[in-house]
Amino acid sequence: MKILVIAEHDNQKLAPATAHALGAAKALGAAADVLVAGHGCRAVAEQAAKLEGVARVLLADSPALADLTAEALAAQALKIAKEYTHILVPATAFGKNVAPRIAALLDVAQISDIVKVIDADTFVRPIYAGNALATVRSSDPIKVITVRGTAFDAVADGGNAPIETIEAIAEPGPTKVVGREVTKSARPELTNARVIVSGGRGLGSAEKFHELLEPLADKLGAAIGASRAAVDAGYAPNDYQVGQTGKIVAPELYVAIGISGAIQHLAGMKDSKVIVAINKDPEAPIFQVADYGLVADLFQAVPELTQKL
Amino acid sequence: MKILVPVKRVVDYNVKIRVKPDGSGVDTANVKMSMNPFDEIAVEEAIRLKEAGVASEVIVVSCGVAQCQETLRAAMAMGADRGILVQTDVELQPLAVAKLLKAVVEKEQPGLVIAGKQAIDDDANQTGQMLAALLGWPQATFASKVVIADGKAVVTREVDGGLETLELPLPAVITTDLRLNEPRFATLPNIMKAKKKPIDTLTPEALGVDVTPRLVTLKVEEPPKRKAGVMVGSVDELVEKLRNEAKVI
Repeated sequence: MKILVIAEHDNQKLAPATAHALGAAKALGAAADVLVAGHGCRAVAEQAAKLEGVARVLLADSPALADLTAEALAAQALKIAKEYTHILVPATAFGKNVAPRIAALLDVAQISDIVKVIDADTFVRPIYAGNALATVRSSDPIKVITVRGTAFDAVADGGNAPIETIEAIAEPGPTKVVGREVTKSARPELTNARVIVSGGRGLGSAEKFHELLEPLADKLGAAIGASRAAVDAGYAPNDYQVGQTGKIVAPELYVAIGISGAIQHLAGMKDSKVIVAINKDPEAPIFQVADYGLVADLFQAVPELTQKL
Repeated sequence: MKILVPVKRVVDYNVKIRVKPDGSGVDTANVKMSMNPFDEIAVEEAIRLKEAGVASEVIVVSCGVAQCQETLRAAMAMGADRGILVQTDVELQPLAVAKLLKAVVEKEQPGLVIAGKQAIDDDANQTGQMLAALLGWPQATFASKVVIADGKAVVTREVDGGLETLELPLPAVITTDLRLNEPRFATLPNIMKAKKKPIDTLTPEALGVDVTPRLVTLKVEEPPKRKAGVMVGSVDELVEKLRNEAKVI
């Protein structure tokens, strides 16, 4: 068994999802090489080298990789992919974009969004918005896998792996990044937060969404999430969305406010340790997964909760 | 320019699925089937590009059992011009579908493929990227805005940190996210008209594609259920429980 983990980063910082992908490598039972492909990204390689369970960090640094496009990253990964039996990538927007490209070029199936390792060929993954779990076995010589971060603990710091520079691609590929609009927030990152306060259509407007949720999130040191309905209605930016096709989260505490609980939303948060739901509709499906449910007018209950914490 | 849109027949998104008691899969007999919602968004986007004069023809392709014809009809009732069914009873996995679509692309020579970012049954999120890779085309996944001009696509994508805008030369593959558009409802006259639109039927063998599954599903089971929770009567009680019972604050 030889494992390669493809690091997610922005040329400056290693994304925490990478440490969770290494958690899946640990579950497979072997140390992994980590590919850091980008431009001016030595700092990222140094961060990766400090993680446990890393055999080597392979640094591919080239202007052709600066934009971190799927085309360039897949081309870079292909230069070394055949040396490995398992290629693990975080199941994030980054990983989902690039991993299938690598799998197709290797002519192997991809195993998406694994939540459990059974053995070197066999994995458990959710289907139908997490309403079923499929155990699948791959017969391909190389397993290309995306890893659901909430299902595998991040490996700790404490490693000291060597960093080896490998030959980087020279051609950047046809796709150019012409704009980035990064949501700025001083709050914890959604997929790594210990507490999440999440709002739905029940909040009624973007103003109320922020007016009610932000003080509560401040008190709890929480990240803010949203249901699809709230994002569609423009209350919150797209990257706040929790659900089947948004972010998958599993914090210690998830506070769902004015969220009815469509199965697509539950798919993204039902593995949270403690779920609180505040909704005025006692029939709302969110109460079926909540540990603590409060039927109340959220416009009164949320400020009261904020005040009493 | 032709636009090709793959469409998948899936269990309707409102259906609460049931895992078969023998663990062999999910019960799809006598269950309402519909077009994958992300594919509806893809069909809508293609039709809008045709209405704007950017595209000349919208071709929809479905791979699977004979009943996928219904999905093609639904897409044509929205406004797609014609359909292609790649018919097989073999369970199709994303890599096989990508290979079938590649063969269809080589026949039809579209300038753009717009696909849904993921199907809501297997939640794989692979086919569009795989197709782009096999064709050697650029890709823009998770699109929330698409502008086509001067042989290029400018695509805004929904990514984890916010939004990213890519510029890519055509031909290319674009996959749709939820907020790209709101698909139209088919009107009755258009549903009637769609019945007369042509569907070509092909097979994997005729396209020279081996669709043998690479992954074997050993079992399918229900996820562990959450313990039933309690209803609290007041904010005070909620705070008390979170502090002393759950100990999370």
